Amino acid sequence: MLSIRHIVKQYAGHRALSDVSLEVERGQIYGLLGPNGAGKTSLIRIINQITAPDSGEVYFDGQKLNQSHIERIGYLPEERGLYKKMEIGEQMIYLARLKGLSRADATTRLKFWFDKLGMQTWWKKKIEELSKGMQQKAQFVATVLHEPDLIILDEPFSGFDPVNAEIIKDEILELNKKGATILFSTHRMESVEELCDAIALIHKSHKILDGKVKAIRRSYRNDTYLVEYNGEQLGFDGAQPFEVISATTGDENNHVIRLKLNSGANSNDVLQYLIPKTRVNMLQEIIPSMNEIFIEKVNQIA
Amino acid sequence: MNKVLLIIQREYITRVRKKAFIVMIFVVPLLILGMSAIIGLVAKNSQELSSEQVVNVIDESKMFIGKLHNRKHIKFQASAKSLDEAKKELKDNEDLSVLLIPAGYEKTPVQIFSKKKPSFKLVSEVENQMNTIASNKSLVEHHIDTAYLNSIKKSRINISAMEVTDAGTKDANVGASMGVGIACAIFIYLSLFIYGAQVMRGVIEEKTSRIIEVVISSVKPFQLMLGKIIGVGLVGLTQFGAWILLSVVTSKIAGHAFSGPGSPMAGAIAVLATIPFGYILGCFLFYFLTGYLLYSALFAAVGSAVDSETETQQFMFPITLPLLFTYILSVSVLFQAPDSPLAVWLSIIPFTAPVAMMVRIPFGGVATWQLALSMSLMILGFLFTTYVAARIYRVGILMYGKKASFKELAKWFFYKE
Repeated sequence: MLSIRHIVKQYAGHRALSDVSLEVERGQIYGLLGPNGAGKTSLIRIINQITAPDSGEVYFDGQKLNQSHIERIGYLPEERGLYKKMEIGEQMIYLARLKGLSRADATTRLKFWFDKLGMQTWWKKKIEELSKGMQQKAQFVATVLHEPDLIILDEPFSGFDPVNAEIIKDEILELNKKGATILFSTHRMESVEELCDAIALIHKSHKILDGKVKAIRRSYRNDTYLVEYNGEQLGFDGAQPFEVISATTGDENNHVIRLKLNSGANSNDVLQYLIPKTRVNMLQEIIPSMNEIFIEKVNQIA
Repeated sequence: MNKVLLIIQREYITRVRKKAFIVMIFVVPLLILGMSAIIGLVAKNSQELSSEQVVNVIDESKMFIGKLHNRKHIKFQASAKSLDEAKKELKDNEDLSVLLIPAGYEKTPVQIFSKKKPSFKLVSEVENQMNTIASNKSLVEHHIDTAYLNSIKKSRINISAMEVTDAGTKDANVGASMGVGIACAIFIYLSLFIYGAQVMRGVIEEKTSRIIEVVISSVKPFQLMLGKIIGVGLVGLTQFGAWILLSVVTSKIAGHAFSGPGSPMAGAIAVLATIPFGYILGCFLFYFLTGYLLYSALFAAVGSAVDSETETQQFMFPITLPLLFTYILSVSVLFQAPDSPLAVWLSIIPFTAPVAMMVRIPFGGVATWQLALSMSLMILGFLFTTYVAARIYRVGILMYGKKASFKELAKWFFYKE
């Protein structure tokens, strides 16, 4: 869908992107992660053809990115804004027509969206009469009205109240199910695991990590497990195939230990060691969260 | 291209729908009327001639010769030549005029001929002197008969100024040309300012409301800038159209209401009828359009460079300086000497031409080559400023929180895509 190859972007005082490459597959929800000022917005602007890279190329559906692709992309910038004095219905239609939609199509689709998001009464209102949350909702509609194949959202959840953020998240997921590819940037990790299929981590203009979320997390496994057993509390003498990181005791003789495998051992060895001694309720591998990976990666570099 | 049309449409419709636009249609003509009355009064009191004017007097009545006194810039000399011979000399000397006083000067009009329209000052000076001489003569002849004196006091001689052109002699009304010249200068100056500032404000609005990024993800910055400039320009033309329509209608109505012979209105209409309005209007539209395109592009660049309207001052001043300078010169100096080298140069340089040329045109006598050169330079000028402005604009609209300086703008100009 989108192939970004060796992008370099240099601004007067600093380098925004150094040799960044990444692949977004059709139908994915792709997260562009990184601290503020990492270069995410610069990359998004290049994909939107607002600025051009100093070197490197972007391919859209196998073709070199050009003006004809504009109509197939929907873009919600980080800094939201609409014409304050313009009526909202008219404005949405204008923006959709700039993306190549006919007036009639734009009107029909806008009615659909206004019904869907409970905005029917807003049509004749001016933007300045709406609350900030309402404006953001309207701008989201403007982003997706022309049914783009690729939807680019820069920090989509910032500025929304929790209720609206949830609504917008559901809409994004629904659009994705219908076939739209979503690329969004965020510096908040919580949203990543539940939404993204794949991510790229950008830090100080460099891409330091990318790939499918599951694969990345798997590759960051560090042989840590959680075990819950029921019975007398066990003492460990060093003969076991693991090291105990922490142990807690719950009620009714339930105990939880966090352990790290010795090298060469696997989870079966843990069970074989424990089963003769006690009753194991649960054994679960602890896979690091994206947040932990993110912090670890960034700290490695810094 | 289609998208530029969409942008033009939006810019146009949102502005024309505003109440302010409709109010302006009616208020501005009233303001102009009031202003021109004031300027007329001021202009009348501040007449000075710049160069020595020589007046050859052909006195068929033999009444005035030797009695006309030379003034600071006016020299009278008797001429024995015939009118046709005297007129031939005019073609080579702009500061020369011929005053023809017919034998029956009280009935046949006294005429003054010159290559260009004679200045208001010259005409009124001659009128005053002749009136005094005629009155004094009558007083002497009638041994100061007071009863007769009252009737003499009414004696008034009106000079009709005739312009000698290649096409022959034509009636030149200096006062009317001057009035129209000043009106044109004020009008074009104000409209360049007003509509240029509207473009600038539009750009700032898009930038501060942050819609700019959404729009330029759909169209190129240049398309947006062009659409805005054309849209606002069309608003200007619509406004002018409405004003012209309004003045035609009202003058028709007024003409019907006051058109008795000898009424002041009829006189004014007769005077105005001597001015080639079609030609002036054509030139006005050309200079408005090209001047507007030239300046509004610069205004757009300024708008793109700032975060709010209060920051525009440092850029506005140098940009509007040539306009302001010509405007001040126009209403004080240029209209007194519309063919002086200063006026000619100012009317050729693109940045000052719209105002300077519009002052000169109502007086006639703008050489074809000057007009052609000025117009071609105007077109080149706006193409140039649009190119420069577009390069600054495309960078500026995405810059926030950075206090732009001229050095910064120059840097933006050289940025790659």
